[in-house]
Amino acid sequence: MSRAMTGAQMVLEALADQGVEHIFGYPGGAVLPIYDELFQQDRIKHILVRHEQGAVHAAEGYARSTGKVGCVLVTSGPGATNAVTGLTDALMDSVPIVCITGQVPTHLIGNDAFQECDTVGITRPCTKHNYLVKDVNALPRILHEAFYVARTGRPGPVVVDIPKDIQFQKGEYTGLSNSQHKSYNPRTKGDERAVQTAIEMMAKAKRPLFYTGGGVVNSGPEASRLLRELVRLTGFPITSTLMGLGAYPASDPQWLGMLGMHGTFEANNAMHDCDVMICIGARFDDRITGRIDAFSPGSKKIHVDIDRSSINKNVRVDLPIVGDCAHVLQQMIDAWNAKKPKVDKLALKSWWTEIDKWRARNCLHYRKRDDVIMPQYAIERLYALTRGHDVYITTEVGQHQMWAAQFFKFEEPNRWMTSGGLGTMGYGLPSAVGVQVAHPDSLVIDIAGEASVLMTMQEMSTAAQYDLPIKIFILNNEYMGMVRQWQELLHGGRYSHSYTAALPDFVKLAEAYQAVGIRAEKPSELDDAIREMIAVKRPVIFDCRVDKHANCFPMIPSGEAHNNMLMGDDVSEEDLEKAITEEGKVMV
Amino acid sequence: MTQPGSAYPLEKKEQRSETHTMSVLVDNEPGVLARVIGLFSGRGYNIESLTVSETEHEAHLSRITIVTSGPPMVIEQIQHQLERLVPVHSVIDLTVKGNAIERELALVKVAGTGEKRVEALRLAEAFRAKIIDTSLEHFVFEITGKQSKIEQFLALMQPLGLVEVSRTGLAAISRGPERM
Ligand SMILES: Cc1ncc(C[n+]2csc(CCOP(=O)(O)OP(=O)(O)O)c2C)c(N)n1
Ligand SMILES: [Mg+2]
Repeated sequence: MSRAMTGAQMVLEALADQGVEHIFGYPGGAVLPIYDELFQQDRIKHILVRHEQGAVHAAEGYARSTGKVGCVLVTSGPGATNAVTGLTDALMDSVPIVCITGQVPTHLIGNDAFQECDTVGITRPCTKHNYLVKDVNALPRILHEAFYVARTGRPGPVVVDIPKDIQFQKGEYTGLSNSQHKSYNPRTKGDERAVQTAIEMMAKAKRPLFYTGGGVVNSGPEASRLLRELVRLTGFPITSTLMGLGAYPASDPQWLGMLGMHGTFEANNAMHDCDVMICIGARFDDRITGRIDAFSPGSKKIHVDIDRSSINKNVRVDLPIVGDCAHVLQQMIDAWNAKKPKVDKLALKSWWTEIDKWRARNCLHYRKRDDVIMPQYAIERLYALTRGHDVYITTEVGQHQMWAAQFFKFEEPNRWMTSGGLGTMGYGLPSAVGVQVAHPDSLVIDIAGEASVLMTMQEMSTAAQYDLPIKIFILNNEYMGMVRQWQELLHGGRYSHSYTAALPDFVKLAEAYQAVGIRAEKPSELDDAIREMIAVKRPVIFDCRVDKHANCFPMIPSGEAHNNMLMGDDVSEEDLEKAITEEGKVMV
Repeated sequence: MTQPGSAYPLEKKEQRSETHTMSVLVDNEPGVLARVIGLFSGRGYNIESLTVSETEHEAHLSRITIVTSGPPMVIEQIQHQLERLVPVHSVIDLTVKGNAIERELALVKVAGTGEKRVEALRLAEAFRAKIIDTSLEHFVFEITGKQSKIEQFLALMQPLGLVEVSRTGLAAISRGPERM
């Protein structure tokens, strides 16, 4: 069934056929025909952002909190280049995005026309795939393929660049087809023999550990459910990366907390000492492994990943299984149940005893104070006071992000949106906008740093326009705290340009954006202020004044192994100086 | 604390480097070569030789032959990184498969007179190079063969008046009746 229509109409038609309800965008000359079509329909709701980077981050928040593909519409030239940070962020964190960009008319391409840029050239390395549409009749296929590519296999951002003349031209619209893609058909089911081998390795393990990541969340809620089932079936301990938080409930006794540079003492020591590591949907990133030649030296490693190129990239593993997490988890559960293996109960018991010793170290301990709000305390109170609410958390990048990961406990997937791979300051606020659009009645909080949030602050105006009651909870230490912490550890406390003088008054700023401003300066005021924030049904900027010098611990200093962590409560000035050796200083 | 290794692999571990030839079957669509080359430059892989041409017109398929070098883990990465590009149909590492046929064509311009000219002609015959253009002062030879043969020929022509060379890069195919 095909119908004649213009390219611009095809865009709207394809979006509707793909089940798109919201698109985040910003108009301009090269996309006006599409905007004109948007104006004349009411199936798809357009959210006008204040900067194209914000549009992509909003779409990321939308996608990550719903599991759907996030959609973006921007103009040519500056519209497209502004979107690049968001696209790179989505690529690094495997977020499915379809971003439609306008382009100058076909006959002007290559002539340095007004607002022309080589969008497909610029975005080629920061998208999973991209298209320049040169024939209106190819547009429907390309649009549907873009959605397929964005969501299939390891998800990622896809750009469709549409010249303005193509938007005006008439062609034949064809709907969704079920035909297989001619070249891109990632494997979802794991190799059955490899699964059997995995189960045998797991059954014999004396010190096993699950190490999971964002792949489990991306695979969908079923993967998280199956992960829980398998972990309980085996009785093994589990840790996860920053991206994987929520796939396994933080309240469960088998949960060891996050691992990696600012992970828990128990998780990192268990990684170092385990004898069988079952990695599911994580990619052995350098913030996780620390020193690679000292990474979990005694373990056999099983790696389940849908992306074959993630396997054996940084760390050589013993058993690769290429497949979708949910599929492979189901296969593993079936194989385990069929085999009913006799695990080494005694060995497991003493492994748990060892883990409990590490746990008793109480690595997240910090000194509470009566006179100033400790940032960790602020997150603990935020967590406690939001229990019973339907909460989604986004973050910016810095110390506050790590404290959020450490002190906010997630019980479900898709509740935690943070920029992990790229570490994009300014992610959290627009991402919260996207999450709130998808979940209008939920409590959406951006745990922010005062420096990060200023990078995309203008999206408060978007929140105001669409009555999105997002809460921007700023841990205001007046410093780029994470930078300051590294300067303290690596550069003799010379705080080169990491202090922001002349910060805005965030309460007044909130008011300027037609939002509500709240400030808390003393621990005694904190609870009431947080309650007020939750109660207000409007956007809020919460200026939480915290200790300016707090550092984020535990920490694996650069160039160290997992079992060589710096702890918060035992660092003296001298330890800090010595913590990172000369060579480690070069490593970020 | 112990001496650090690296959170980023700083230390350049001296790793054995291998040379591999890969065949990549791709959709012949705009930008596909840029994707492949961008992958190599973006991830810091080496390209020693690259050839591309449409090989199946009806199916719009092109075949890219890449000679690359790196440590074994990187070679494995290259194959899998290529495989996940959307327009890529299949990738084979002909070096791993073993015993593949590899050929290159070179056009070699040699100028000179007298003794040197005679010697150039004699060597060209020995290498089964064809003369495709000539005057009293020059030859253009066409030579095909393994890269090592061409290298050898060029080295011999150097003192005999080698002017310039144009090479196609390597084309390669596996032995036996199966397709890739
Ligand atoms: C766009 C961008 N620029 C620079 C950085 C480097 N960077 C990482 S954390 C950080 C400081 C963040 O400060 P703030 O938002 O106040 O958070 P805090 O660490 O104080 O909690 C900086 C500059 C980054 N991650 N992203
Ligand atoms: Mg700060």
